[in-house]
Amino acid sequence: MNETPSEPRNMNTANVIETRALSKQYPGTAALVDVNYKVRRGKVNVLIGENGAGKSTLMKLLAGAETATSGEIWVDGQIAHITDVRSAEHHGIGIIFQELNLFPDMTVAENIFAGNELTSSGVIRAKMENHQAKVLLDRLRIPISPRTRLGDLYVGQQQLVEIAKALSKHIKVLIMDEPTSALSKTEVEILFKIIGQLKEEGVTVIYISHRLEEIMAIGDCITVLRNGRLVAEDDIANIDIPWIIEAMVGSSKKRFAFEQHAIGDEVLNVKDLALKRSNGIYAVDHVSFSVKAGEVIGIYGLMGAGRTELLESLLGAQPLALGEIELAGKAIEDLPIPKRIEAGIALVPEDRQKQGMVQLMTILENMTLSSLGKFTRRFVGSLARDKQVEAASDIVKRLAIKASSVDAPIMSLSGGNMQKVVIGKALLTKPKVLLMDEPTRGIDVGAKEDVYKTISLLAQSGIAVIYATSELDEAMAVSNRVFVMASGKLTADIRREEFDSERIVRASTPATAVV
Amino acid sequence: MNTPNSSNPPVHPVHAKHSRHTAYVASRIAVNLLKLRIFIALFAIIIVFSLATENFLSTSNMLIMAKHVTVVAILSIGMTLVILTGGIDLSVGSIVGISGMAAGYLLLEGVKIGHHIVFFSPLGVTIIACVLGALIGAVNGYLITMLNVAPFIATLGMLYVVRGAALLVNNGSTYADLEGNPALGNTGFEFIGNGTILGLSMPVWIMLVLAVVTIFIARKTPLGRRIYAIGGNEQAARFSGIRTNRVKLFVYMFSGFCAALVGLVITAQLQTAHPLTGQTYELNAIAAVVLGGTALMGGRGTVFGSVIGACVISILGDGMVMCGISDFWQMVIKGLVIIFAVVVDQLQQRLQSRMVSLTA
Repeated sequence: MNETPSEPRNMNTANVIETRALSKQYPGTAALVDVNYKVRRGKVNVLIGENGAGKSTLMKLLAGAETATSGEIWVDGQIAHITDVRSAEHHGIGIIFQELNLFPDMTVAENIFAGNELTSSGVIRAKMENHQAKVLLDRLRIPISPRTRLGDLYVGQQQLVEIAKALSKHIKVLIMDEPTSALSKTEVEILFKIIGQLKEEGVTVIYISHRLEEIMAIGDCITVLRNGRLVAEDDIANIDIPWIIEAMVGSSKKRFAFEQHAIGDEVLNVKDLALKRSNGIYAVDHVSFSVKAGEVIGIYGLMGAGRTELLESLLGAQPLALGEIELAGKAIEDLPIPKRIEAGIALVPEDRQKQGMVQLMTILENMTLSSLGKFTRRFVGSLARDKQVEAASDIVKRLAIKASSVDAPIMSLSGGNMQKVVIGKALLTKPKVLLMDEPTRGIDVGAKEDVYKTISLLAQSGIAVIYATSELDEAMAVSNRVFVMASGKLTADIRREEFDSERIVRASTPATAVV
Repeated sequence: MNTPNSSNPPVHPVHAKHSRHTAYVASRIAVNLLKLRIFIALFAIIIVFSLATENFLSTSNMLIMAKHVTVVAILSIGMTLVILTGGIDLSVGSIVGISGMAAGYLLLEGVKIGHHIVFFSPLGVTIIACVLGALIGAVNGYLITMLNVAPFIATLGMLYVVRGAALLVNNGSTYADLEGNPALGNTGFEFIGNGTILGLSMPVWIMLVLAVVTIFIARKTPLGRRIYAIGGNEQAARFSGIRTNRVKLFVYMFSGFCAALVGLVITAQLQTAHPLTGQTYELNAIAAVVLGGTALMGGRGTVFGSVIGACVISILGDGMVMCGISDFWQMVIKGLVIIFAVVVDQLQQRLQSRMVSLTA
C-alpha cells in the first residue's frame, strides 16, 4: 500500500474516486457535462462510450493531463486538487494514454524511469534502472531487453513498455485507455493476466476499450458515457452486450451488413515485393498478389507481421522496397510518393497524430493537403477558397464528421473525427486504390460502422480498398477477401465465401516461434 | 439495472456560467491585443522617439530609417519562409556580402570571354547577382534535403564559406567607384539603391513588391500551404504526397535571392562593394521574424508580421542612436526586446488555449 502519511484517508469508502459535476469545455463542444463518475475500489471499472463521448477527456482530468472547467474530483473521500500529472501520481493515479507518450531515442529502461530516475547523490544509477526494468518486463513476460532503443520496437511492444512505466510508480488506480488496440492476441492475454494480478494486489483499474467481448471478460462494473454525459452504470454481471450497445448508441441500432457489389478489372498487381529490416530479416518477404477494382481486401496479421511495411512500400514510403508494382497497367515501383498518389494510390496511415495530420492546421487545410493542385486557379496560381470549402464540406457530410465548421482547428476534434478528416484527405486525391492502416484504431463502435460504411461506398464506386488490421472481426467485416500475413509472408488469401476464423488465426501464427 | 437516463441536473447556478463568459470575453480581448502587439510596439517606439528627439519625424531622418528598414525587412521576408518550414538560414549576411562583391567585380573588371572582356548592363549585373544568391541558397537546400545536414549546421558552414569567398574576390579589398563607364555602357547601377519611382526609393519598392508577392505565396498558393504543412508536421506532409525536398529547396533559394537583393541595394547606395558588408545581418533578420510572431519550430507565423518586426527592430536601433544611448546599452535593450517578444508570444499561446477551454 502506498499511502501518503500527511493526510488521513478514509480507506473504507467503496469508491476510490468520485467526481462531482465534472465538466470540460472545448471550442464548439462540451466534452463533459456534469459527470458524477464513481470508481469502485479494487475492481476493473470499464468505461465505454462512442467516439467523442468524453472518455478520454474524463481520464485526462483524472490523470492531471488537463484541468476541468468546473466540478470536483474526490479521492478516498477527500477532495483532490489534481492540476498536473505529478499531483495525480501523488494521489496514486497513473495512466496509460491512448496515444503513446514515450521517447523513441531512449532505451526501454530510460523510458520507464523518465521523470522518476533512480539516482544516488544526483547521478542516475543506470544499472539499477536496467535491473528494475528487467524485473518489471519479466512480470509482463515480454522478452525485450531494457537496453533496447524504444524506437526499434513495434507499436504493440511500445504499449507494453508504457504499461510497465505506469506500474513502475506506486499507484493504486491505473487508467488504461484502449490498451489492447495495438496488441496481438497473445499480448492481450498477457495484459489480462497482469490486470488479474493487479486486482489481487488491491490496485483499482479503469479500463477503456471498444472491444465488447474483452469488456465482458475482464470487467467488474461498467460506466457508459454518451455525448459527454454519464448515461448508465451497472455491474458487468447484470448486463449483456446488447445492453452496452443500446446505452452507447441510444435508441437507433446501427448494425452493419455486408453488401455484395460489382467487381471490375485488375487494378493493382504486386510481384515479389520485398523489404529488409536493418537487422537483415524481411519485413515484407516476397509478397505477390493482385486486386481488382471495387474489391475490398482485409489484411490480418499479428504485430510485426509486416502489414504496415507492406502498405508503406506500396505508397513508396519505404525507399528500400524491391519488387514490381503495377497500378492500372502502369509500373509505379520507381516513382516517389507524390507521383504514386497522382497515379491513384493513397494511404491513411496508422499513426494519425504523427503521420496523418498537421496539428496546427484547420480541418479544411488538412483535408486538401494532398490535392492542392485541384484547388489552384490557373494563371494566378492561387488557391480557390470556395472550391476547397465545397470539397471539404462534402467530405464532412459524407463521412459524418462532427465539427463546428471546416475552419475549426483539427485538434478540436475527437480521435475518430480526426481519423475521418485523414480519410477525407485521401479521398480528395481520387484514388483508384485506397490503403488504410488500422483504420479504426482508437475508434468506437459507432464510428467504426461509419468507417466500414465508407469503405463499402468507396468499393461500390469502383475503388479498391486494402486495409490492414489486427482485429479478426474487422478483417472480415467488409472485405471480399482476407489476406493473412505472418513474419512478412502472405500466408493465406481467403475469399469471403470461405471465411473461417480458425483458418485465418492459424495462418497468422508464425511458422517458427520467434517470440 | 440503471439503464440510459436523462442528464444529471445542473449543479452550477447561473452566475457560474456568467463568470465563465466574462472570463472568456476578457481573455479574448487580451489575445486580440497580444496579436496586435507588434503594431502596438511599433506605434509606441515611434511616439517615444518623436517625443524624445526633435527631428525624428523629419523627412531626412525618415529617408535614412527607410534605408535601414528595407535591408532588415527584405532579409526577413526570405527568412520567414525558411523558418516556417522549421529551418533557419544563417548564411544570408554572407550572401549580402558576396552579392555586392559580385556586382563590383562585374562592373569594374568585367568577364573575360575568349580575348574579349564583356561588361554587363546594370540590369544584367543585378540578375547575375540574384541568380548567384539563389544558387548559394540551392547549395544550402541541397545540403539540408539530400545530405540530411541540419539547417543550423549547413547554413552556419555556408556563412563561413561564402564570407571567405567574398573576401577572396578582391583579396579582401573593396571595389570603389561603381558609377560605371559610359563607354562600356554600364552606368546607372546606382539606381537600384538611390533611384526613386513616384517619390518612393527603389529599395522601398523592392521591399513592397517582395512583401506583396511573398504574402500572396504564403497565404494563397499551394506552395505556401505546403510550407506551413512541412513546418507543422513534416512526416504527415510527406505522407500527403508533398515534395518536401522541393519545397525546402525553394525556401532556401528564395532566402538567398532576397539576401542578394540586399547586397545589391547596399552596394548601389554606397557606390562601393565591401566584402564584409552584411556581417551579423542574419541575426537581425531572425530577430525581426521572431518579433513578428513566427514560431522558430515552424508552421506558425506571417510574412507581414516579419516586415513589421523589421520596422520595429531597425527603428528601435536608429532611435536609440539619435537619443544618444551608448552602443553597449543599445545591445542590451535590443536583446531584452527580442526575449520579451517571445515571452509575450508564449503568453498569447497559453491564453488562446485557455480561451479554447472556456468556449461554450
